[in-house]
Amino acid sequence: MKAEMNVYVSMFRIRFAHNLQYRSAVLGAILKGYLWAMMEVLGYLAIYRTGGGALPMEFSATASYVWAHQSFLVLFSVVFADSEIYSAIRSGAVVYDLARPVGLYGKWFCQSASNRLSFALVNCLPVLLLGAVTPKPYGLILPSVTQLAFFVVSALLAFCVTVAVAMLMYVSLFYFISQRGIRIIVRVVTSFFSGGVIPLLFFPKPLQRVIRVLPFAAMQNMPLQIFCGTIRGTNAAKGIVFQMFWLLILILAGSAAMKTATKKVVSLGG
Amino acid sequence: MVIAMKLYWNYFLMELKSQMQYKASFFLTALGQFITAFTTFFGIRFLFDRIHGVDRFTYGQVLLCFAVIMMSFALGEMAGGGLAVFPDLLREGELDRILVRPRSILLQIVMPNMDFSRLGLLAQALLVLCAAIPASKVAWTPEKALVLLLMVLCGSVIFFCLFLLVASVAFFTLQSFEFLNIFTYGMRDFGRYPLSVYGEEMLKLLTFVIPLALIQYYPLLYLLDQAEGIRYAAAPLFSLLFVLPSAALYRLGVRNYKSAGS
Repeated sequence: MKAEMNVYVSMFRIRFAHNLQYRSAVLGAILKGYLWAMMEVLGYLAIYRTGGGALPMEFSATASYVWAHQSFLVLFSVVFADSEIYSAIRSGAVVYDLARPVGLYGKWFCQSASNRLSFALVNCLPVLLLGAVTPKPYGLILPSVTQLAFFVVSALLAFCVTVAVAMLMYVSLFYFISQRGIRIIVRVVTSFFSGGVIPLLFFPKPLQRVIRVLPFAAMQNMPLQIFCGTIRGTNAAKGIVFQMFWLLILILAGSAAMKTATKKVVSLGG
Repeated sequence: MVIAMKLYWNYFLMELKSQMQYKASFFLTALGQFITAFTTFFGIRFLFDRIHGVDRFTYGQVLLCFAVIMMSFALGEMAGGGLAVFPDLLREGELDRILVRPRSILLQIVMPNMDFSRLGLLAQALLVLCAAIPASKVAWTPEKALVLLLMVLCGSVIFFCLFLLVASVAFFTLQSFEFLNIFTYGMRDFGRYPLSVYGEEMLKLLTFVIPLALIQYYPLLYLLDQAEGIRYAAAPLFSLLFVLPSAALYRLGVRNYKSAGS
């Protein structure tokens, strides 16, 4: 167990060092996140100017939501540049991974997690800081300490749920040839139903009742809503339990599915 | 000239055929593009279920903007999206092979990298346009229909140029910058509202630096009879001036190109 942990930790460190290599790319990603969030806030500002009273979120909450969403975009995206995994499935190199004395589910989970986390730590947190120093009404409002604590726990869970969903997608790629098609569809569905296009609170009421219980709601939706203050106190605690529930189910389903899929892998290469 | 045209046409056909070899894969990807555009549409729809307009534009008029930008983007990316392979071509020295052939460099890259699955996006944009044409309450005349056509056509040229600009940067950096996506995918996303909503300064930027407003905001005012005059109707044509700086950067890149491959 300890040896396996060491493997995971060093995998993360390699990734982290790799991402820091390209300073200009890091700077570019920060600038992009900042400008993108700013444009979206400006768009919402126009919408609130015209008919803000009819919307279920205060403008300041929406602005905070947009900033947090842009900052943690990579952390909470199911489809990200996990090229090693995609090419391992496509080229059949997955048999090497299977031969290693490390569980494939654990290895890929860790690989995907460190891909996102190392990128997010370097590129995304600065965007959040920039958002915090941007003057009102454009900037974000930092939540209270309790809310922030809830946010950290919820964000961690949402991150794990995101990776667990990504794992299910990898398994599906054992069966489908079209990686690109699957990736596009998974990206758009997960992003839409987890509040990546507009916050879930803006969805029509009847639809909200359904999507609130789907696993997608356990992804970025929960931490972002806690961050901007639309879910508070006991509701936040309930939300965290809801996330744990889905995380458990997704991990169980993912590892079971992976076992079935890898049983049938036939290596063609010599 | 004729031989050259035939060559590019063959490239085009070959690519179409090869993409059609994997029909399930092709349709899945096209479906993905279709759904992607659909979620953006629903994002707008759900917001406008609660409010009734943004600034002085109604929901139908916002849809018209969205459809024009989406169609322009779909066309522009179908042709120009393949330029994203540029950094790879440069790094691996593949461009050298293209340079020695006595044909247009750009077409040799664009033609074999056409992405036909963007038709899914185009289909969705067309659907939204069909809904927006009556919903925008524009008093349609033949002139206005022509302006709408110009908006889409010139818009796709602008998006192609944006993809070209982004690709040309790779000549100087040898790698792609995620940051530059803001000029391509970002413009698609921000273009869903009339560009005046982002404020006076931003509108100026999007008029004189990246002329997206010339194919969206100004001709829209003409369509809605909120502004008179040929200046507004012909704005999309002025946007074509953007071809000059994009082509210049690309040429500069080609001229200064030093092979990086082995």
